[in-house]
Amino acid sequence: MVASVTSLGRNGLYDWLIQRVSAVVLAAYSLFLLGYLVCSPETTYEQWSALFENTLMRIFSLLALISLAAHAWVGLWTISTDYIKPTGLRFLFQAACGIVMFAYVAWGIQVIWGL
Amino acid sequence: MLVSIYRYNPEKDQTPYMQDINIDIPEGKDLMVLDVLHLLKEQDPSVTYRRSCREGVCGSDGLNMNGKNGLACITPLSEVVKRNKLVIRPLPGLPVIRDLVVDMSMFYKQYEKIKPFLINDTPPPAIERLQSPEDREKLDGLYECILCACCSTACPSFWWNPDKFVGPSGLLQAYRFLADSRDTATNERLAELDDPFSVFRCRGIMNCVSVCPKGLNPTKAIGHIRSMLMQRST
Repeated sequence: MVASVTSLGRNGLYDWLIQRVSAVVLAAYSLFLLGYLVCSPETTYEQWSALFENTLMRIFSLLALISLAAHAWVGLWTISTDYIKPTGLRFLFQAACGIVMFAYVAWGIQVIWGL
Repeated sequence: MLVSIYRYNPEKDQTPYMQDINIDIPEGKDLMVLDVLHLLKEQDPSVTYRRSCREGVCGSDGLNMNGKNGLACITPLSEVVKRNKLVIRPLPGLPVIRDLVVDMSMFYKQYEKIKPFLINDTPPPAIERLQSPEDREKLDGLYECILCACCSTACPSFWWNPDKFVGPSGLLQAYRFLADSRDTATNERLAELDDPFSVFRCRGIMNCVSVCPKGLNPTKAIGHIRSMLMQRST
Protein backbone atom coordinates (compact mmCIF):
# COMPACT_ATOMS: atom_id res chain seq x y z
CA MET A 1 0.00 0.00 0.00
CA VAL A 2 1.47 3.32 -1.10
CA ALA A 3 -0.04 6.31 0.67
CA SER A 4 -0.87 9.39 -1.39
CA VAL A 5 -2.59 12.58 -0.26
CA THR A 6 -2.41 14.60 -3.48
CA SER A 7 -4.27 12.29 -5.88
CA LEU A 8 -7.89 13.21 -6.57
CA GLY A 9 -9.54 10.31 -4.74
CA ARG A 10 -6.58 9.27 -2.54
CA ASN A 11 -7.32 5.81 -3.83
CA GLY A 12 -6.23 4.14 -7.06
CA LEU A 13 -9.55 2.53 -7.89
CA TYR A 14 -11.46 5.79 -7.36
CA ASP A 15 -9.06 7.76 -9.59
CA TRP A 16 -9.21 5.05 -12.22
CA LEU A 17 -13.01 5.04 -12.21
CA ILE A 18 -13.17 8.87 -12.43
CA GLN A 19 -10.79 8.73 -15.39
CA ARG A 20 -12.99 6.17 -17.20
CA VAL A 21 -16.36 7.76 -16.46
CA SER A 22 -15.17 11.29 -17.31
CA ALA A 23 -13.72 9.98 -20.58
CA VAL A 24 -17.14 8.57 -21.54
CA VAL A 25 -18.84 11.89 -20.70
CA LEU A 26 -16.26 13.85 -22.74
CA ALA A 27 -16.63 11.48 -25.69
CA ALA A 28 -20.44 11.81 -25.57
CA TYR A 29 -20.23 15.63 -25.38
CA SER A 30 -17.74 15.85 -28.26
CA LEU A 31 -19.81 13.50 -30.43
CA PHE A 32 -22.97 15.47 -29.65
CA LEU A 33 -21.39 18.82 -30.62
CA LEU A 34 -19.83 17.28 -33.73
CA GLY A 35 -23.17 15.70 -34.66
CA TYR A 36 -24.92 19.03 -34.16
CA LEU A 37 -22.46 20.87 -36.42
CA VAL A 38 -22.61 18.16 -39.10
CA CYS A 39 -26.43 18.07 -39.07
CA SER A 40 -26.80 21.86 -39.31
CA PRO A 41 -23.81 23.21 -41.22
CA GLU A 42 -25.36 26.65 -41.65
CA THR A 43 -25.67 27.36 -37.92
CA THR A 44 -26.51 30.97 -37.15
CA TYR A 45 -25.56 32.85 -34.00
CA GLU A 46 -29.19 32.70 -32.82
CA GLN A 47 -29.38 28.92 -33.19
CA TRP A 48 -26.05 28.44 -31.43
CA SER A 49 -26.94 30.69 -28.48
CA ALA A 50 -30.42 29.10 -28.26
CA LEU A 51 -28.75 25.69 -27.99
CA PHE A 52 -26.65 26.84 -25.04
CA GLU A 53 -29.61 28.57 -23.35
CA ASN A 54 -31.42 25.25 -23.10
CA THR A 55 -31.19 24.05 -19.48
CA LEU A 56 -30.45 20.46 -20.52
CA MET A 57 -27.55 21.67 -22.66
CA ARG A 58 -26.29 23.77 -19.76
CA ILE A 59 -26.33 20.75 -17.47
CA PHE A 60 -24.59 18.65 -20.13
CA SER A 61 -21.95 21.38 -20.65
CA LEU A 62 -21.33 21.72 -16.91
CA LEU A 63 -21.02 17.94 -16.62
CA ALA A 64 -18.49 17.94 -19.47
CA LEU A 65 -16.58 20.83 -17.87
CA ILE A 66 -16.33 19.10 -14.49
CA SER A 67 -15.39 15.83 -16.23
CA LEU A 68 -12.64 17.66 -18.13
CA ALA A 69 -11.25 19.16 -14.90
CA ALA A 70 -11.33 15.81 -13.07
CA HIS A 71 -9.87 13.94 -16.06
CA ALA A 72 -7.07 16.49 -16.41
CA TRP A 73 -6.35 16.40 -12.68
CA VAL A 74 -5.95 12.60 -12.58
CA GLY A 75 -3.88 12.63 -15.78
CA LEU A 76 -1.56 15.50 -14.84
CA TRP A 77 -1.16 14.16 -11.29
CA THR A 78 -0.04 10.83 -12.78
CA ILE A 79 2.40 12.52 -15.17
CA SER A 80 3.82 14.70 -12.38
CA THR A 81 4.46 11.66 -10.14
CA ASP A 82 6.18 9.91 -13.07
CA TYR A 83 8.48 12.68 -14.25
CA ILE A 84 8.93 15.31 -11.49
CA LYS A 85 10.99 13.68 -8.77
CA PRO A 86 11.84 16.63 -6.40
CA THR A 87 8.91 16.82 -3.92
CA GLY A 88 8.75 20.64 -3.72
CA LEU A 89 8.68 21.10 -7.48
CA ARG A 90 6.12 18.32 -7.90
CA PHE A 91 3.84 19.83 -5.25
CA LEU A 92 4.12 23.25 -6.88
CA PHE A 93 3.20 21.78 -10.26
CA GLN A 94 0.23 19.94 -8.74
CA ALA A 95 -0.93 23.05 -6.89
CA ALA A 96 -0.68 25.10 -10.10
CA CYS A 97 -2.74 22.47 -11.97
CA GLY A 98 -5.36 22.53 -9.20
CA ILE A 99 -5.65 26.32 -9.27
CA VAL A 100 -5.90 26.44 -13.07
CA MET A 101 -8.59 23.74 -13.11
CA PHE A 102 -10.58 25.43 -10.37
CA ALA A 103 -10.36 28.73 -12.24
CA TYR A 104 -11.57 27.09 -15.47
CA VAL A 105 -14.53 25.45 -13.70
CA ALA A 106 -15.55 28.69 -11.95
CA TRP A 107 -15.14 30.71 -15.15
CA GLY A 108 -16.91 28.00 -17.17
CA ILE A 109 -19.93 28.11 -14.85
CA GLN A 110 -20.08 31.86 -15.33
CA VAL A 111 -19.96 31.48 -19.13
CA ILE A 112 -22.40 28.55 -19.38
CA TRP A 113 -24.98 30.08 -17.07
CA GLY A 114 -24.44 33.62 -18.31
CA LEU A 115 -24.04 34.91 -14.77
CA MET B 1 28.90 -10.80 -37.11
CA LEU B 2 29.36 -7.52 -35.25
CA VAL B 3 28.43 -7.68 -31.59
CA SER B 4 28.11 -4.41 -29.69
CA ILE B 5 28.12 -5.11 -25.97
CA TYR B 6 27.52 -2.83 -22.97
CA ARG B 7 30.59 -2.69 -20.76
CA TYR B 8 30.92 -1.19 -17.30
CA ASN B 9 33.30 -2.09 -14.52
CA PRO B 10 32.77 0.40 -11.67
CA GLU B 11 36.29 -0.29 -10.37
CA LYS B 12 37.89 0.76 -13.66
CA ASP B 13 35.44 2.72 -15.80
CA GLN B 14 34.19 6.24 -15.16
CA THR B 15 31.16 5.70 -17.40
CA PRO B 16 29.64 2.73 -19.24
CA TYR B 17 30.58 2.29 -22.91
CA MET B 18 29.70 0.05 -25.86
CA GLN B 19 32.41 -2.34 -27.05
CA ASP B 20 32.28 -3.60 -30.65
CA ILE B 21 33.61 -7.11 -31.18
CA ASN B 22 33.60 -9.18 -34.39
CA ILE B 23 32.58 -12.78 -33.84
CA ASP B 24 32.83 -15.65 -36.32
CA ILE B 25 29.56 -17.50 -36.28
CA PRO B 26 29.81 -21.18 -37.34
CA GLU B 27 27.99 -21.81 -40.63
CA GLY B 28 24.76 -23.78 -40.77
CA LYS B 29 23.86 -23.40 -37.10
CA ASP B 30 21.35 -21.07 -35.50
CA LEU B 31 23.15 -20.20 -32.27
CA MET B 32 21.41 -18.75 -29.23
CA VAL B 33 22.50 -15.32 -27.96
CA LEU B 34 23.95 -17.04 -24.87
CA ASP B 35 26.27 -19.09 -27.16
CA VAL B 36 27.50 -15.81 -28.65
CA LEU B 37 28.21 -14.52 -25.13
CA HIS B 38 30.30 -17.67 -24.50
CA LEU B 39 32.25 -16.99 -27.72
CA LEU B 40 32.73 -13.39 -26.55
CA LYS B 41 34.00 -14.54 -23.18
CA GLU B 42 36.55 -16.78 -24.91
CA GLN B 43 37.91 -13.66 -26.65
CA ASP B 44 37.66 -11.41 -23.61
CA PRO B 45 37.33 -13.24 -20.28
CA SER B 46 36.38 -10.01 -18.45
CA VAL B 47 32.90 -9.95 -20.07
CA THR B 48 30.45 -10.53 -17.21
CA TYR B 49 26.91 -11.93 -17.35
CA ARG B 50 24.60 -14.21 -15.39
CA ARG B 51 23.59 -17.63 -16.69
CA SER B 52 22.67 -20.95 -15.20
CA CYS B 53 20.36 -23.59 -16.72
CA ARG B 54 20.76 -22.40 -20.37
CA GLU B 55 17.29 -23.70 -21.27
CA GLY B 56 14.87 -20.93 -20.28
CA VAL B 57 13.92 -22.30 -16.87
CA CYS B 58 16.06 -20.46 -14.30
CA GLY B 59 15.56 -16.91 -15.63
CA SER B 60 19.15 -15.77 -14.92
CA ASP B 61 20.12 -14.45 -18.34
CA GLY B 62 17.43 -11.84 -18.97
CA LEU B 63 19.05 -9.27 -21.30
CA ASN B 64 18.17 -6.55 -23.74
CA MET B 65 19.01 -7.83 -27.22
CA ASN B 66 18.69 -5.40 -30.16
CA GLY B 67 16.30 -3.35 -28.05
CA LYS B 68 14.02 -6.13 -26.83
CA ASN B 69 14.18 -7.94 -23.49
CA GLY B 70 14.39 -11.71 -23.46
CA LEU B 71 16.33 -14.73 -22.23
CA ALA B 72 19.66 -15.04 -24.03
CA CYS B 73 19.59 -18.84 -23.79
CA ILE B 74 16.37 -19.35 -25.75
CA THR B 75 16.64 -16.42 -28.18
CA PRO B 76 18.05 -17.63 -31.52
CA LEU B 77 20.23 -15.24 -33.52
CA SER B 78 17.87 -15.61 -36.51
CA GLU B 79 15.17 -13.97 -34.40
CA VAL B 80 17.06 -10.88 -33.20
CA VAL B 81 20.02 -10.11 -35.46
CA LYS B 82 19.40 -7.33 -37.96
CA ARG B 83 21.87 -6.39 -40.72
CA ASN B 84 24.43 -8.75 -39.23
CA LYS B 85 24.61 -6.73 -36.00
CA LEU B 86 23.65 -7.61 -32.43
CA VAL B 87 23.48 -5.02 -29.63
CA ILE B 88 23.48 -6.54 -26.15
CA ARG B 89 22.63 -4.42 -23.12
CA PRO B 90 21.66 -5.21 -19.51
CA LEU B 91 17.95 -5.16 -18.58
CA PRO B 92 16.90 -1.48 -18.63
CA GLY B 93 15.88 0.47 -15.54
CA LEU B 94 17.84 -1.45 -12.91
CA PRO B 95 21.22 -0.38 -11.48
CA VAL B 96 24.14 -2.06 -13.28
CA ILE B 97 26.59 -3.94 -11.04
CA ARG B 98 28.96 -4.84 -13.86
CA ASP B 99 28.60 -5.29 -17.66
CA LEU B 100 25.34 -7.21 -18.14
CA VAL B 101 24.71 -7.95 -14.45
CA VAL B 102 22.01 -5.81 -12.81
CA ASP B 103 20.97 -5.32 -9.19
CA MET B 104 17.54 -6.99 -8.89
CA SER B 105 16.83 -5.85 -5.27
CA MET B 106 14.03 -3.47 -6.25
CA PHE B 107 12.39 -6.17 -8.38
CA TYR B 108 12.51 -8.70 -5.53
CA LYS B 109 11.25 -6.14 -3.03
CA GLN B 110 8.10 -5.67 -5.12
CA TYR B 111 7.70 -9.45 -5.35
CA GLU B 112 8.03 -9.73 -1.56
CA LYS B 113 5.39 -7.01 -1.11
CA ILE B 114 2.59 -9.08 -2.65
CA LYS B 115 3.18 -11.94 -0.14
CA PRO B 116 3.97 -14.66 -2.67
CA PHE B 117 2.81 -17.59 -0.55
CA LEU B 118 -0.49 -19.26 0.31
CA ILE B 119 -2.26 -17.77 3.32
CA ASN B 120 -4.95 -19.97 4.83
CA ASP B 121 -6.26 -19.48 8.36
CA THR B 122 -8.51 -22.57 8.42
CA PRO B 123 -7.24 -25.64 10.38
CA PRO B 124 -4.92 -27.73 8.21
CA PRO B 125 -6.52 -30.99 6.99
CA ALA B 126 -4.87 -34.38 7.55
CA ILE B 127 -3.90 -34.53 3.87
CA GLU B 128 -3.13 -31.78 1.37
CA ARG B 129 -5.63 -28.97 0.72
CA LEU B 130 -7.40 -30.31 -2.35
CA GLN B 131 -8.48 -28.34 -5.38
CA SER B 132 -10.98 -29.21 -8.10
CA PRO B 133 -9.48 -29.51 -11.61
CA GLU B 134 -11.44 -26.35 -12.55
CA ASP B 135 -9.93 -24.34 -9.67
CA ARG B 136 -6.48 -25.66 -10.50
CA GLU B 137 -6.98 -24.56 -14.11
CA LYS B 138 -7.37 -20.95 -12.95
CA LEU B 139 -3.66 -20.91 -12.04
CA ASP B 140 -2.54 -21.81 -15.56
CA GLY B 141 -0.71 -18.93 -17.21
CA LEU B 142 0.17 -17.53 -13.77
CA TYR B 143 2.30 -20.05 -11.90
CA GLU B 144 4.75 -20.52 -14.81
CA CYS B 145 6.50 -17.17 -14.14
CA ILE B 146 10.25 -17.65 -13.57
CA LEU B 147 10.97 -14.13 -12.23
CA CYS B 148 13.46 -13.29 -14.98
CA ALA B 149 12.41 -9.58 -14.78
CA CYS B 150 12.16 -9.21 -18.58
CA CYS B 151 8.60 -7.84 -18.25
CA SER B 152 9.03 -5.43 -15.34
CA THR B 153 12.21 -3.93 -16.84
CA ALA B 154 10.40 -3.40 -20.15
CA CYS B 155 7.68 -1.39 -18.41
CA PRO B 156 7.99 2.45 -18.37
CA SER B 157 5.73 2.64 -15.30
CA PHE B 158 8.23 0.42 -13.48
CA TRP B 159 11.17 2.51 -14.75
CA TRP B 160 9.67 5.72 -13.31
CA ASN B 161 8.36 4.26 -10.02
CA PRO B 162 10.18 1.01 -9.22
CA ASP B 163 9.70 1.68 -5.50
CA LYS B 164 5.92 2.14 -5.69
CA PHE B 165 4.54 0.28 -8.73
CA VAL B 166 4.54 -3.49 -8.14
CA GLY B 167 5.26 -4.13 -11.82
CA PRO B 168 3.89 -6.75 -14.23
CA SER B 169 5.79 -9.68 -12.75
CA GLY B 170 4.74 -8.96 -9.16
CA LEU B 171 1.14 -8.34 -10.20
CA LEU B 172 0.97 -11.59 -12.18
CA GLN B 173 2.03 -13.35 -8.98
CA ALA B 174 -0.40 -11.26 -6.90
CA TYR B 175 -3.22 -12.52 -9.10
CA ARG B 176 -1.85 -16.08 -8.93
CA PHE B 177 -2.62 -16.02 -5.17
CA LEU B 178 -5.86 -14.02 -5.50
CA ALA B 179 -7.12 -16.67 -7.94
CA ASP B 180 -6.08 -19.61 -5.78
CA SER B 181 -9.11 -21.38 -4.23
CA ARG B 182 -6.97 -22.44 -1.24
CA ASP B 183 -6.02 -18.87 -0.27
CA THR B 184 -8.24 -17.13 2.31
CA ALA B 185 -6.53 -13.72 2.44
CA THR B 186 -8.18 -12.29 -0.71
CA ASN B 187 -9.55 -9.21 1.08
CA GLU B 188 -6.28 -8.39 2.83
CA ARG B 189 -4.38 -8.82 -0.43
CA LEU B 190 -6.79 -6.54 -2.32
CA ALA B 191 -6.64 -3.90 0.44
CA GLU B 192 -2.88 -3.69 -0.10
CA LEU B 193 -3.31 -3.04 -3.84
CA ASP B 194 -5.96 -0.31 -3.73
CA ASP B 195 -3.65 2.75 -3.84
CA PRO B 196 -2.85 4.90 -6.94
CA PHE B 197 0.53 3.23 -7.53
CA SER B 198 0.65 -0.52 -6.81
CA VAL B 199 -1.74 -1.67 -9.57
CA PHE B 200 -3.17 1.46 -11.16
CA ARG B 201 0.13 2.77 -12.49
CA CYS B 202 -0.30 0.16 -15.23
CA ARG B 203 -1.32 2.00 -18.40
CA GLY B 204 -1.90 -1.16 -20.39
CA ILE B 205 0.82 -0.66 -23.01
CA MET B 206 1.52 -4.41 -22.91
CA ASN B 207 5.32 -4.31 -23.28
CA CYS B 208 5.26 -7.06 -20.63
CA VAL B 209 3.19 -9.35 -22.86
CA SER B 210 5.36 -8.72 -25.90
CA VAL B 211 8.63 -9.62 -24.11
CA CYS B 212 7.62 -12.47 -21.74
CA PRO B 213 9.82 -15.46 -22.68
CA LYS B 214 7.24 -17.84 -21.21
CA GLY B 215 4.37 -16.35 -23.23
CA LEU B 216 2.45 -15.17 -20.15
CA ASN B 217 0.03 -12.24 -20.04
CA PRO B 218 0.54 -9.91 -17.02
CA THR B 219 -1.76 -7.24 -18.52
CA LYS B 220 -4.68 -9.69 -18.43
CA ALA B 221 -3.89 -10.59 -14.80
CA ILE B 222 -3.80 -6.86 -13.91
CA GLY B 223 -7.21 -6.50 -15.56
CA HIS B 224 -8.54 -9.33 -13.37
CA ILE B 225 -7.12 -7.61 -10.24
CA ARG B 226 -8.87 -4.36 -11.28
CA SER B 227 -12.18 -6.21 -11.68
CA MET B 228 -11.76 -7.82 -8.26
CA LEU B 229 -11.05 -4.39 -6.72
CA MET B 230 -14.17 -3.02 -8.45
CA GLN B 231 -16.36 -5.86 -7.21
CA ARG B 232 -15.04 -5.42 -3.69
CA SER B 233 -15.78 -1.68 -3.62
CA THR B 234 -19.05 -1.26 -5.51
